[in-house]
Amino acid sequence: MSVLARTLRSPEGAIGLALLCLLLLMALLAGVIFPGDPLAIVGPALLAPFQDASLPLGTDRLGRDVLAELVHGSRASLTVGIAAAFVALTIGALVGTLAGFAGGLVDEALMRVVDAFQIVPSFLLALAFVSVAGASLPVVVFAIALGAWTGPARLARAEVLSIRERDYVAAARVVGMRPLEIALREVLPNALPPVLALSSVIVASAVLIEAALSFLGLGDPNIVTWGSMIAEGRNVLRSAPFLSIIPGVALMLTVLGVYLFSEGLAEALARRKARG
Amino acid sequence: MSPLLARLSDVSVAYGAGSALASVTLDIVAGERLAVIGESGSGKSTLALALAGLLPDNATLSGRIEWPGLDRAPRPGRDIGFVFQDAGASLNPVLTIGEQIAEVAQRHLGMDWREAGRRALSLLERVRIPNPETAVHAYPHQLSGGQRQRVCIASAIAAGPRLLIADEPTSALDMVVQAEIVALLDQLVREDGMTLLFITHDIALASGFADRIAVFQRARLVEAGPAIELLSRPTDAYTASLISSHIDLATPPLITRDAP
Amino acid sequence: MRRAFLLVRRRLISSIPVLLIVIAGTFLLLEAAPGDAVDAYLLSIGGGDPVLVQSLRESYGLDQSIPARLWLYVSALVRLDLGWSVVFDRPILDVILERLPNTLWLMGSAVALSFGLGSALGIVAGARPGSAADRALSIGSLALYAVPSFWFGLVISVVFAVQLRWFPTSGIETIASGKEGFARARDIAWHLVLPVSALGFIYLALFLRMMRSGMAEAWRQDYALAARAKGLARSRIVVRHIARNALLPLVTMLGLQAATMLGGSIVIESVFAIPGFGRLAQEAVAGRDTALLTGIIVVSAVLVILVNLLVDITYALLDPRVGATEAAA
Repeated sequence: MSVLARTLRSPEGAIGLALLCLLLLMALLAGVIFPGDPLAIVGPALLAPFQDASLPLGTDRLGRDVLAELVHGSRASLTVGIAAAFVALTIGALVGTLAGFAGGLVDEALMRVVDAFQIVPSFLLALAFVSVAGASLPVVVFAIALGAWTGPARLARAEVLSIRERDYVAAARVVGMRPLEIALREVLPNALPPVLALSSVIVASAVLIEAALSFLGLGDPNIVTWGSMIAEGRNVLRSAPFLSIIPGVALMLTVLGVYLFSEGLAEALARRKARG
Repeated sequence: MSPLLARLSDVSVAYGAGSALASVTLDIVAGERLAVIGESGSGKSTLALALAGLLPDNATLSGRIEWPGLDRAPRPGRDIGFVFQDAGASLNPVLTIGEQIAEVAQRHLGMDWREAGRRALSLLERVRIPNPETAVHAYPHQLSGGQRQRVCIASAIAAGPRLLIADEPTSALDMVVQAEIVALLDQLVREDGMTLLFITHDIALASGFADRIAVFQRARLVEAGPAIELLSRPTDAYTASLISSHIDLATPPLITRDAP
Repeated sequence: MRRAFLLVRRRLISSIPVLLIVIAGTFLLLEAAPGDAVDAYLLSIGGGDPVLVQSLRESYGLDQSIPARLWLYVSALVRLDLGWSVVFDRPILDVILERLPNTLWLMGSAVALSFGLGSALGIVAGARPGSAADRALSIGSLALYAVPSFWFGLVISVVFAVQLRWFPTSGIETIASGKEGFARARDIAWHLVLPVSALGFIYLALFLRMMRSGMAEAWRQDYALAARAKGLARSRIVVRHIARNALLPLVTMLGLQAATMLGGSIVIESVFAIPGFGRLAQEAVAGRDTALLTGIIVVSAVLVILVNLLVDITYALLDPRVGATEAAA
C-alpha cells in the first residue's frame, strides 16, 4: 500500500489532507471562481453574512466581497507557507551539511551563527527584515525563512554526523557506491520522517507569522491576505465582528490541516517502517 | 506433601494469534527454590509476568492460577516481589535509590516516610551495598550494574513478600557478579522463608541452588521435578540436550566465590 | 550545587560569541537599509538644507564607515549605552527599561499559565493513554495550537471585554486612576487577564501535547513496569514516576519557546494596546528608528540567553544525570 493511501486510513491524515486540498483548490481556482479584483467594491458596506445570495459572507467596511477576499487570500497563505518552508529547508540543509562535513572550526563557527539566529525571536527578526527591505511577498517569505532555517540546519548536521559513523556507509563505500549515491539511497530514507515533521511545523508557523505581519500592516499591501482582513475588521470589531472572525477561522483550519496531515503521514511512515 | 504456595492449572497466555504459554500445569511449593529453565521465547518470562499479574493489556489469559498458600489474591509488591533482568532500566533515573526502596515499605507496610527510610537503609545493609548511609541519597546512574541489581532486590523484598520472582536477574551481569547475586538471593530467601522463582536460560547456574527445576520449550512445560533427579536422570530428550550442552556438572567450576 | 555552577559558567562563556554575532548581524542588517534615521526625521519635518543634514549626521555619528560605527556601538554597549532614540528623543536604554517590566509581567504570567495548566492537563491525558479524556484533550489541544494568537486575542476581547464587559479591552492599567500599591497591582492584573490568556493558551496546547507524548513514552519504559510490580498506588506511579520523567523534555521546550513567546508578545501587545517592550519594536519599525530596533533586538537576545540559563539550571536540578561526569572530575 502506498504511503499516501496509508495516510488516508487514519482520521487525522484524511481530514488533514481534505483541508489542504480544499486550500489548494481555493488558491488555484481563485481567479476562476472570483475573477476580477477581490478588492473591488461590489456592494453596500458592512453587509452581514447570509443576507444576500450573491454575497454569501457579506461585505467589509468598503463594500468588498468577503468571500472573494477570503478565497484570494488563500493564495498568500499557501504561497508563503510553502515558499518559506522551501527556502528554510534549503538554507538549513546547505549550512547544516557543510558544518557536518567540514567539522572543526568551521563547524563551531557555523553553529554559533545558528545559535545567534535561534536566540533572536523569529517574529522580531522578520519584523526587522521587512522594515529594512520593504513589504512585499518575496521579502516576507525570506524574512520568515531567516528565522526558520535553524531547525533544518541542526537536523542536517546531526544526520551528516551520524551517518558518517554508521556501518552501512562503510559497507556502501566498500561496495563502491559514490558519496552521492550513498546520500540518496541510504541517508535520505532515514532522514525523511524528521524532515517531514519539521517541514510541517515550518509551514504552519510561516502561515501564522505572515498573518501576524499582515495584521500589523507589514505584509504586502498590494494583495489581500487573511491577516490584513483581520486588521481591517478590527476597526469595526464591536459592530461587525464577523469580518475578523471569518479569516481567522480560515487560518486556523489551514494550520490544523497542515498538522493533521503531517501527523497522519508520520504515523503512516512509522507503520510502514514497523512492517519492515 | 509440602504446602503449596501456588497452583497453575492449564494456564495459557496468548498475544493475539501468537501463543506465549500453552496449557501449563505446575505447582509451586511454599518455601522452595524453583528454577525455570528455557531458551528465549520459551515462555518462561511470560510465566513470571502471568503469576505477578503484570501481563500487558493485549494478552489473554486462560486457565486457573490458584493461591492456596495465601488467603486472598496476591498483591504485587506486598505478596510478590519481582526482580527484572535489566536493573538499570528498572530503576527510575530521577529518584534516589533510597526513595525507590522506601516507597514499597510506605505503600504496603503502613509506614510513614521516616520509618520507610530507615527500613530502606537496613535493607541496603542486608543486600550488602557499601556505605548505605550515602547510598540512600544516590541516584541509579551512580551505581555499578551489580549494585543496581542489589537495590532492585532490596525493593522487591522490602514489604516482606511470600514469593520472590527473579526474571533472569544475572543475565546482564558478568560471571563474578552473577555468582554474588545468586548467593545473595539464596541467602535472603532462606532467611525470610520466601519462595523463590528463578528464571534463567543457564541450567548450570540453576543447578547450584535450585530445589526443583521446570524446563520450558516453545511455550510448553516440558518437564518438572526435583533438581537432582532431573539433572541426573532427565526423562525428556530436550532436557537431556540442555544438560549435555554444558560442561559436565561434576567438574569443579572455574570461578568460585573464593577465587582471588 | 557544583554541577549547576559549572553549567552556568559554561553557558555564559559560550553565549558571548553568539551575542556578538547577534549584535554585528543586526547592526549590519539595519545599516543596510536605504535611508537612515536622519532621513526619516527629515521626512517628518519636510526636508532640510544639506548643512543641517550633515551636522545631524555627524552628531548621530552616522557619517562614519560601518566597521567604525560597529566598533563604537559595541564599546558603547559595554558601558550600557544603547544610543539615542530618534522617535522618543530619549536614551534608548531608558525607553527599553521603562517598557520592559510590562512585557515581563505579561510573558511571565503567560509562561506560568501555559506551563502549569498545560502540564497538569497533560498529566490528566497521559495518566490513561487512549481514554476519553485523553482523546478529547488531544484533539482540543491540536485545534488550539492551530489558532493564531492575535486572532484569539481579538475573539476573547470581543466576547469577554465587549459583550460581557468582564475585562477592559486595552491598556495595562486604568489611566490616571491614581491607584497605588495593592490596588494598582490588582488593576494591572485585571487588565492583563485577557492578554495573558491570549498569549498563554496557545502555548498551553503545546505543553499539554508534550506532556502527553512524554508520558506515553515513559509508560513504555522498564521502570514503569517495575513500579507496577512494586504494587505502588496509581497516583504515585503517574506523578512521581511517569510525569516526573516526562517533565524533563518539557523544561527543555520551555527554553526553546522563550524566544517565540517574546515574539508573540509583540502582536498581543499590539492587539491589547499594552505599552510594552514588544510593542516598542513595532513603534521602532513605524518610526524607522533603526538604533532603537537594534537595541530591542540586542536586549531580546540577552533576555532569551538569561531565560535559557535559568531553564538549564532548572533542568540540571531536575535531572541528576546532567553534568555528573564533569562535576565528578
